[in-house]
Parts: sequence; structure tokens; C-alpha cells
Amino acid sequence: MSTATTTHISVPGREQPPMLVAGPVAWARANLFNSIGSSLVTLALAYFLLKYAASFIDWAFIKSVWTVPMDPATGKLDPTACRAAKGTGACWAVIWDKYRFILFGRYPFEEQWRAAIVVVLFIGLFVTSAMRRFWRRELALIWVATLTAIFVLMWGGVFGLRYVPQDEWGGLPITLILSTFGLACAFPIAVLVALGRRSTNLPAVKLLCVIYIEVIRGVPLISLLFMASVMFPLFMPEGLNPDKLLRAQVAIILFAAVYLAEVIRGGLQALPKGQYEAADALGLSYWKKMGLIILPQALRLVIPPLVNTFIGFFKDTSLVLIIGIFDLLTSGKVAVADPIWQAFSTEVYIMLGLIYFCFCFSMSRYSRGLEREFSKSVRR
Amino acid sequence: MSSTSTDPRVTGTRKAPGKGVTLSWSDPRLRAIVWQVVIVGLIGAGIWYLVSNTAANLEQRRIATGFDFLGTVAGIPIGEHLVPYDPSVNTYGRAVLVGILNTLMVTVVGVVLVTLLGTAIGIASLSDNWLLSRLCAVFVEVMRDVPLLLHLLFWYALLLTLPPVREAMMVLPGLFLSNSGLKVPLLVWEPAHSFAMLALMAGAIATWLAGRRATRIQHATGVRPKVWPVAVVALVVVPVGVWALLGAPFTLEMPVKGRFRFAGGGLISPEFMALMIGLVLYHAAFAAEIVRSGILAVPSGQWEAGGALGLKRGTMLRQIVLPQALRVIIPPMTSTYLGVAKNSSLAVAIGYPDLVSIVGTTLNQTGQAIEGIALIMAVYLTISLSISLFMNWYNARLALVER
Repeated sequence: MSTATTTHISVPGREQPPMLVAGPVAWARANLFNSIGSSLVTLALAYFLLKYAASFIDWAFIKSVWTVPMDPATGKLDPTACRAAKGTGACWAVIWDKYRFILFGRYPFEEQWRAAIVVVLFIGLFVTSAMRRFWRRELALIWVATLTAIFVLMWGGVFGLRYVPQDEWGGLPITLILSTFGLACAFPIAVLVALGRRSTNLPAVKLLCVIYIEVIRGVPLISLLFMASVMFPLFMPEGLNPDKLLRAQVAIILFAAVYLAEVIRGGLQALPKGQYEAADALGLSYWKKMGLIILPQALRLVIPPLVNTFIGFFKDTSLVLIIGIFDLLTSGKVAVADPIWQAFSTEVYIMLGLIYFCFCFSMSRYSRGLEREFSKSVRR
Repeated sequence: MSSTSTDPRVTGTRKAPGKGVTLSWSDPRLRAIVWQVVIVGLIGAGIWYLVSNTAANLEQRRIATGFDFLGTVAGIPIGEHLVPYDPSVNTYGRAVLVGILNTLMVTVVGVVLVTLLGTAIGIASLSDNWLLSRLCAVFVEVMRDVPLLLHLLFWYALLLTLPPVREAMMVLPGLFLSNSGLKVPLLVWEPAHSFAMLALMAGAIATWLAGRRATRIQHATGVRPKVWPVAVVALVVVPVGVWALLGAPFTLEMPVKGRFRFAGGGLISPEFMALMIGLVLYHAAFAAEIVRSGILAVPSGQWEAGGALGLKRGTMLRQIVLPQALRVIIPPMTSTYLGVAKNSSLAVAIGYPDLVSIVGTTLNQTGQAIEGIALIMAVYLTISLSISLFMNWYNARLALVER
């Protein structure tokens, strides 16, 4: 410990062996065992980690059941092997049996390649939008084109594709549609609301924006979704009854717009006053001032928190389960309602968790990278 | 300041620009008025359109409006209630009250646990022990990148796979875990306990007063009188003394395992446990990140100054860094608390009888959708506003006094 370092410095003739200065042993001494307390913590954590990690690996990989045979009499899978391993090993056979249903819901089985292409298109769209090389006007065109392609693929009815009504959609495409389309629509609203809340010479508009933001922020998303599913039909004139997905989408847009607006407002506030004054001095009109000078800088400032808000909304779309829309989480829950697999919900939930984790984790890594890059350019 | 100044340069001898509105499109004031009238008019027209549609629809479906349904007998069985509730006698109003109390209980317990776990993990993730900080980082990433609803379903499913009552696991003596929840021993409540609790509350107030007095003396003389003897007497000696004087009653009602159910003891339902585990793990991950970045926001010079004074790491953290970090931590922590309150509504997915789930059942039975949702929104708005107000007050108290 501290005496060792002093000896090392004060007596140059007796240098420490290189193994204790560099390399894994030195690293472990500096990072794992640098004091008595730290050593105890390391040992305790290592003990629990090994114990639980070992039993988890045992459960998930060694004692687990990967496939179960088909019962020739009924033509259904026979989960006896899984029941026998219950409690000691995982039953991944449920995933093997149900993965298409979990990913694509009740979408017609032989048409599910379309839903798969939609998922790929979405991921491609996200990756393209994430690359700074593509941050220009054409990106909006790419978005419009991709979203059109996605809806053509999902609905069909043209180009020889079979028509699939909206209530047969399900699974991952629904989650991606709800979150992507929701954010794309909420964003312009959010910009307007943020500007409205910041406006100084339109007090009535400011008041409306404040009321809208504070009311929506004060209530849970579920109450808005309930509103969309129960009250929305009452709001509409006789005969006009938008489908359930669209109603939930409207609720999500209204909800997301508020949170995005608050993030954007933060960016507007962080911008130095000189920028506003310079724009005024040039005699620009309000919209030119905002569109050409303020917003480009303010939005750039808040990209990392915006991505964090996106992550939050991607997860929050799972709440549509409560009003019975067939998103990824709902299809997982319905899959384990199958009497054969009822006892093996843990495995399915772990798989769903992995899917959500992949999306959210890559987004959060991306936002951290951006943050680092931006702070670099500010420091320079 | 400027308002009391008599400097002619400030008060201005020049004539202020005219206050009147000219009828010209180039006058910004006229434009502002016209725009506001247009926007408010459009939104008002939109709302009027929706309201008139709603009124027409309600009339057509013969749905009576109003909150009269709260007075009729509910008939909703509710498993967990903090106030006496009987579905065959009590009204919807009572059921809603039960729901509100359950929501409040989940929120309060959740906020306390989230704060404790989040702070612990946030501090641990800054530890110089590599294993500890890595594990904390992994915990945070895994917990917050999975939707809360999935958390709840997962933990609920896991708790339901526990063995049945007959084979209940004994976690600690008297503590049984089975698929019908956690059975805990209950203290048989006697008047002596109530008096001891009263003494404890009085003791807390006395300690608080002693702390304030000590701070006052410290400000005046520079020497802080010891508070802990007062605290020990007021918080431990007096309550225990009261309890001992009244005969020191202490009987635990232990749960006794039967074939299908337990006799005696208290029960923590699997719904409540799953809700608590999910809510706390999910939000603690966010709270940990907030605490971590709050501590990192304190300039490292503060640590070094503490080190130069010869303080221990724990003392530096408690006395120097955390109080300053709190100023950064409080505003985002407020939104986490609001999140706990609002997300407790996800309880409806696993059947815990919170406000949303009870009102949801009510509106399915009575058809009073508008009133039900208005009720939910009003209650959550009240809770959110109360949390915001309290945290803003606390934040203002902690804020750096700038001269």
C-alpha cells in the first residue's frame, strides 16, 4: 500500500519488479485491492458474481432445453422436456416456437417477410439519420420516402401485394411505427410549442403553451391512452371513427411533443442573448430569425438530451399494451398465454428485454458519442 | 437598485416611444394582437367543435354526465386497502379513495427507496474499485434500457413461479415467501406502542430544534454545541422508557403455515412486491446517473481542498461534496420523483389496485368515461404539483445565496 510506494520512490537501488509496476497484477493492485475496504468489497462482489453468474449460465445454457419434439397425435409441440427442467433450466423452445409471432404478431404468416423488410427499413433509416454526413435537407426526403415504403409494405393492396388490414399488424413493426412516426410528428409541434412558451410579445399564446405543457407533464401517459381509447370516439363527429392505432398514435404525439418542447426550450434558453440581438439588428423577421439563426444552433445544443427523450419514448410506446394494441410487448404477453407455454414467460420476457435493450443501448451509446464530439468542438 | 435610482440617465429624459397602437401592419403591437386573436380563436373553435361533438354523442348514447355515480354501491372487490372497504356496502367514491391511498403509498415508498438505492449506486459507481464501479454501470444500463412495463411483467411472472404456500420458502424466521406473496410477522399493537410513537415524534421535533439552536450558537460564537446527546435521549431513551414504563409489551403475531394458506401475520402481495421491485430498480438507475453526474459536477478543487484539510474520503463526500452536488441533483431528481408518481399507474397491468386500475374498472362498469379520466388526471396533477412545489421550495432553500 502507501508504504510500498514510498519505498519504491525513496530507494532507487531496490526497484520494484516490473510485474508490480505495470501489467495485470499492478492493475489489480491499483484498481481492485488498493485498500483493505476495497479488497473486501472486491472479494465479496467477486464471490456473489461468480455464484450467481454460474447459476445463471447453468440455467440459461447448460441445463436449458432448446427444442422440444412434436407430438404426432395432436400436431402440437410437446413441452414435457421443458416441464421436467422447470426451475433448473431455461426453456428456449418457447422462443423457437413463437419467435415469428412475437416479432410480427398476427400479421399473416406467409406475408411476414414484408414486416421483416419494414423492420430492416426502419433500422436503416435510424442508422442513416444517425450519421452526420447525412444531416442535410435531403434527409427529410429520405424519411418521407422510407415511411411511404413502410406503409405500402405494411398495408399492401398495390404492386400485387396482398392487402393486410391494420388490425392484423403487430409486434416489432407496431412498436417502431408508434415511436418513429410519433416522434417525427411530435417534433414540429414541439418546436412551435417551445417557441410559443418563449415568446414575449404574445402573452395569450404563451399562456396556452404553458397550460398545455404543464397539464400533459403532470399526468401519466396511461391516462392519455385511456382518453384516446375511451373518450376519443366521443370527440369525433357521428360516423367518423379512426382506428385504435391512430388514436393511440395521436395520444403519443401529444405526449411526446410536450417533453420534446421542454428539451428544445432548454436549448433556446442556453443560446447567448447576443444571437437574438444580432438577428434583430439584421432586421430579420421572426420566422427568418428563428429558422436561420436561433433554431439551428439551439437544436444542435440539445441533440444529446433529445436522443435521451427518444429512448424514453421508444420504451413508453410499450404502454399501449394496456389499451390492447398489438405491439412487441403485447405479442410477447399473448405468446405466453398459450396453454403449452404458460409456465415459461420468464424466457420470453428476457428475449423481449434483449430486443428493447439493443435499441435503447445503441441509442444511448450514440448520444454519449455525440456529446463527447460536441464538447470537443466547443472546447477547441 | 435601478427602481429607486434618481440618476437622470436611468429614469430617462427622452420621450418614450408612443404607447398607442397604430392601425398599420408594420406595427409589431398590432401584429401581436392580431396573431393572438387568430391563434386563440382557432384553438377555441377547435375545442368548441370537440365539445359540441361530445355533447351530441353523449346525448345520442344516453350517457348521463356528472359525478353522481360516486355515490352508488361499487361492488368492485379490492384486494388491498388501507382504509376499511367492503364491496357490497361501500360506494364508488370509497373505492376511488382506496385507489388514491394505494397510489400515494406506492409513490411514497417508491420515492424513498429510489432515493436510497439511487444515491448508493450513484456514489458506488464513482468508487475507485474497478469491479464495483463496473457493476454499477452495468446495473444502470440494463435497468434503464428495458421498458418499465416489461420490468413489471417480468418480476410479476417471476414472483408467481415461486413455490405454493405448502412449500413456502422461509427467508428468515417468520418471513415466508411463496407465490401468494411475502408473509411477515405483525406486531400486536397495544396502547404502549402508540405512546412510544408519540414520544418518538416529540423526540424528533426536539432533536430538530436542538440542531437549529446549535447552528444558531455556531453562527454566533463559532463553537457548535454537541447535538447527539440530545438526540440519543430524545429519540431512544425517552421512547424506550415510555414503552418500558407501560409494561414493555412485545408480542409478534407469527404467520403459521397451513396447507393452503397462512394463519396470522401480515401479507405483502406479489402485485405490490412486483410493482415496487420494478419501479424502484427502473427509477433507481436514473437516480444513480443523476447522483453520479451531480457529484462529478462539483469541481475537483473541492475534493483537493478537503484532502488538504486532512479529511477522510467519507467526510469529504458528506460534508463538502454532496451538499454542493445537491444543487445540481435536485432539479432532475424532481422529475424522477414525478416519474415514480406517474409510472405507479402502470400497476394496472399487473392488477395492483391503484387509482388508474380502480377508476378503469369503474368506467367500464358505469360508462362514465369523461368523469373517470378527469378524476385520474385531477389526482395525478395534484400529486405532481405537490411534488414540484415541495422540491422547488427545497431547491430554493439550498440554492447558492448570491449577492
